[in-house]
Amino acid sequence: MEVKLKEKKQIIGETFIPERPEVNLWKDAFRRMCKNKMALLGAVIITVLFIFAIFAPYIAPYHYAEGSLKDNFAQPGSKFLLGADFMGRDLLSRIIYGIRISLSVGIVGAVTAFVIGVFYGVISGYYGGKIDNIMMRIVDVMYGFPTLLLIILLMVLFKSTFSVATPGTFAGYLNTIDRAFGGLFFIFIGIGVTSWIGMARIARGMALSLREKEFVEAARATGNSNLQIIFKHVLPNLIGPCIVRVTLAIPGYITFEAFLSFIGLGVNPPTPSWGMLISEGYKAMRSFPHLAIYPGLALAITMIAFNFMGDGLRDALDPRMK
Amino acid sequence: MINYIVRRVLWAIPVLLIISLVTFGLGHAIPGGPFDREKPLPVEIIANLEAYYGLDDPLWKQYTDYLWNALHGDFGPSYSSRSRTVNDIISDHFPVSAQLGVLALMVAMVVGIPLGMVSALKQNSSLDYFCMFFALLGVSVPAMTLGPLLVWFFALKLHILPVARWGTWQQAIMPAFALGIGSAALLARLTRASMLQVIREDYIRTARSKGVSEKNVTVHHALKNALIPVVTVIGPMFAALVTGSLIVEQIFAIPGCGKYFVTSITNRDYPVVLGIMLLYAVLIIAANLLVDITYAWIDPRIKYT
Repeated sequence: MEVKLKEKKQIIGETFIPERPEVNLWKDAFRRMCKNKMALLGAVIITVLFIFAIFAPYIAPYHYAEGSLKDNFAQPGSKFLLGADFMGRDLLSRIIYGIRISLSVGIVGAVTAFVIGVFYGVISGYYGGKIDNIMMRIVDVMYGFPTLLLIILLMVLFKSTFSVATPGTFAGYLNTIDRAFGGLFFIFIGIGVTSWIGMARIARGMALSLREKEFVEAARATGNSNLQIIFKHVLPNLIGPCIVRVTLAIPGYITFEAFLSFIGLGVNPPTPSWGMLISEGYKAMRSFPHLAIYPGLALAITMIAFNFMGDGLRDALDPRMK
Repeated sequence: MINYIVRRVLWAIPVLLIISLVTFGLGHAIPGGPFDREKPLPVEIIANLEAYYGLDDPLWKQYTDYLWNALHGDFGPSYSSRSRTVNDIISDHFPVSAQLGVLALMVAMVVGIPLGMVSALKQNSSLDYFCMFFALLGVSVPAMTLGPLLVWFFALKLHILPVARWGTWQQAIMPAFALGIGSAALLARLTRASMLQVIREDYIRTARSKGVSEKNVTVHHALKNALIPVVTVIGPMFAALVTGSLIVEQIFAIPGCGKYFVTSITNRDYPVVLGIMLLYAVLIIAANLLVDITYAWIDPRIKYT
């Protein structure tokens, strides 16, 4: 490209206007990512998982809650491809429906972390001074919390407070929502409470350096308000790294949910979360190891896919970091 | 520097206060009390028990009493195992979690750092790709998947390691690996990145041109500097491993703190919940402080005011 430009410049002289195809950050990143085979593989796996999640009722051979005690612990075979669990429910179907849980936790976790974290960080970093000081002290306190223990505490609180709430009140309303989500709603809140902290720190650091840049000064000089500057000049410049960061954090949210369901504080049975499948299967580990291992593999494959894609996204948006 | 450390340590006090207050509040907000049983105890007995433990006092008094006792090193009684205090419980169970954390950290360092080094020294070779693929795999496979897989293969198929429990070194192998492999992978990636940055520095070229042997350059000039960022993550990594060992403790039936925490919440055993939460918070805060200090100590260019 450069050689061509030089040649043209020589030929046409000073009146040369460079003819370049329009390239912006995202197009460029997309092109680079398509060259990265691992990232592409990750994206393909994630797409397949999404298709499975959306069309689960048509793809899964059985419903996740349907089973007969006659078939309990049935070995993998033609009737049950991956065998059946202790209640005679088809493991494959439960794993397929489980994709829904894991993906929704991953996405909701990422979105809440992104939205809360970026706004918090940008406000703190952009305004600086006293506001920054107070907001970062709050983040410091949150950083001191053992996150896992805090979420466990919150989950117990949610589950026991709202399950006894009278219908019609606010608490009762929340409980109805949670029931409708199969116990996921409170997990969303629990993850939301803790997940934004890391993102806030990164966004703040970037906002701090961005607000000193010339283009922000120029924007201010031309009479833009703070809000306009934040939305038009600061946010677009830090969104790339924040997206990378949040993509790489998705596996964390997915394991978080699996972990909560593993210790019995996650989804309500019979909602099939992979963590719950592993914990149920692990109880029969000696005789039926496949019941714990297959859901575990599903979990691992999902995490690998998100990590592949996150890594690829990072390399694509910031090739210097490779 | 001293000023900075003192200020950071002092700042930890309000953080711990807030954490204890939030934990206390959340704990007491959970409906039910420590003496609820499936077959309810007589009202008089519950009243007696509550009076004995000070649970009939107003909440603010319970909290300040707790703080006062905690400041004197007494973290209160346990309501569910009445012969033991929280101090007993923590001194029984925390060493187990800490041992597991140390072992996992050792796995992480012994596996991760050499892997990252080899990878960086043979950058873009197939060995590099293999190591980094392994690292990506290690980051992605959670303990929940790895634990059952290890048990199935080494305990149930090969019969060379015990399935669970804690005490002998054989029993420690699988939990340490299940917990440590993820961190090993992180360390491998970090070491590789930092090593790649260092071997492009001018002083490496100077050393080479002086005629220092390749081995010497790698070990004394490159590795030493490349390990700076690696060393600084070790503290928080240890804190994360100890506080996050819950799932491994559950899978391998290890009597650590994490498992006890969950049971204590279900039993509304407030002092135990608070005790473990504060202990872990201290661990995390100390680890974070340690990073900043080691940074300043290793790299004189960093100045704290």
